[in-house]
Amino acid sequence: MTLKAQSAQKTETLAENIDSSVVKATVIDSTTVENTVVDNNAQSSQQLSYRHAFMLVLKRDLTIAMRHKDDIINPLLFFVIVITLFPLGIGPEAETLSRIAPGIIWVAALLATLLSLDRLFKSDHIDGSLEQMLLSPHPIFVLVLAKIFAHWLITGLPLILIAPLLAVLLHLDENSYTALFLTLLLGTPVLSLLGAVGVALTVGIKKGGVLLSLLVLPLYIPVLIFATSAIDTAALGLPYSGQLAIIAALFFGSLTLAPFAVGAALKVSTN
Amino acid sequence: MPKQTSTPLLSAVKLTCIREERLLFDELSVEINAGDIVQVEGPNGSGKTSLLRILSGLSQPYDGQVHYKNQAIHHCREEYQQNLLYFGHLAGVKGEMTAEENLDFNLALHGNKTTETLAYLAKVNLAGFEDSLASHLSAGQHRRIALARLYQSNAPIWILDEPFTAIDKQGVASLEKLFSAHAERGGCVILTTHQDLISIKPEQIKKITLDYSYDSTFD
Repeated sequence: MTLKAQSAQKTETLAENIDSSVVKATVIDSTTVENTVVDNNAQSSQQLSYRHAFMLVLKRDLTIAMRHKDDIINPLLFFVIVITLFPLGIGPEAETLSRIAPGIIWVAALLATLLSLDRLFKSDHIDGSLEQMLLSPHPIFVLVLAKIFAHWLITGLPLILIAPLLAVLLHLDENSYTALFLTLLLGTPVLSLLGAVGVALTVGIKKGGVLLSLLVLPLYIPVLIFATSAIDTAALGLPYSGQLAIIAALFFGSLTLAPFAVGAALKVSTN
Repeated sequence: MPKQTSTPLLSAVKLTCIREERLLFDELSVEINAGDIVQVEGPNGSGKTSLLRILSGLSQPYDGQVHYKNQAIHHCREEYQQNLLYFGHLAGVKGEMTAEENLDFNLALHGNKTTETLAYLAKVNLAGFEDSLASHLSAGQHRRIALARLYQSNAPIWILDEPFTAIDKQGVASLEKLFSAHAERGGCVILTTHQDLISIKPEQIKKITLDYSYDSTFD
């Protein structure tokens, strides 16, 4: 409701500005500023709303991902391959595997996300649609948030869905499954959000891959530490709500701050 | 700077741009009023694109300001961008989406209606291609998808960087007609092109000439 009220207010102020300019123009110079251009403008601004802009970008990114399935399959395949290789390399002893399972799953999820980050803004930057988004009348953080959400749906969500199956391969303790699910559910959005800041900063650089990893990986470490610790604690049958609360805090912190940082970084990158 | 009687739609105040440690233009001041068609001229690398990007707010000038109706554009970003249509070197067309989806998105992103998308595609000679993926279309057709937005645009300020690239003669003629009509409606068009504008009368066109030396003339 507040959003609607805001946009209505904006329209009013815009209309006022336009009215005054029309009056000035007609008094002083009769040849300039005809009403048609300006009136249409006031109308079109009524269509602007945060939700509308969010859904628009989300739908577009999902459509592109569906037509370009590599984006969905690649990180998922990487995740599956890494995790299935570990039992082969280390040996099938259930004890060893269940000891290292949380770490392996989380490190693999982290690297899979890192691999997929590039597509977040790179292709839009290359074909110029990023410029168009920056120049649209919508606030940048709404568009950015939609893109990050789409990225999470494409990369994070499949990981969460397939992780329990792979956990079976690694003999993960059965008490830990809920913890694994919850940490991934809260943790993978953090990876997308923080990663987006790194991508936005490096999008203008031709070969920014290494720089991106250097920028982003240190930011991922807290998530990794608390997530694996939560899963380990759960395996011992102890409460792990403390670790979960910290991951949740990281999630909400990055959810509120990252879109603004990304917006600012994109402006710098396209300068 | 001569005092104008009416508020200029867009004005550049003492813009200075430095790229790669080279001074492209220095203290460039321009006033653009409703109804103007402004052609930015100059050899390659003279800063035409840089100027347009600064005017659109995409780049920051080294020094100076851009004003929209006498208000600095970073103070009225949303209002300015509602009234601006920028068309850059890159068309902003997604290869994975169809022509119609691309135009729909571009229109909706800038707050325009999307009910008559097909009609606008027909106007840029893309009728019958609306369901083709943009990646299957030619370079010129790519540009046309992006340019179709001009037919629907309500924005008074059009900033167009090389709009005629890869467009055929007929397309150029109809674009020129569109520019004149837009100027008559009270909009303004700022464009760069190395071609001469044929169907627009020379006295209608204002020119900004950029060269490597310091002085920039505006007549």
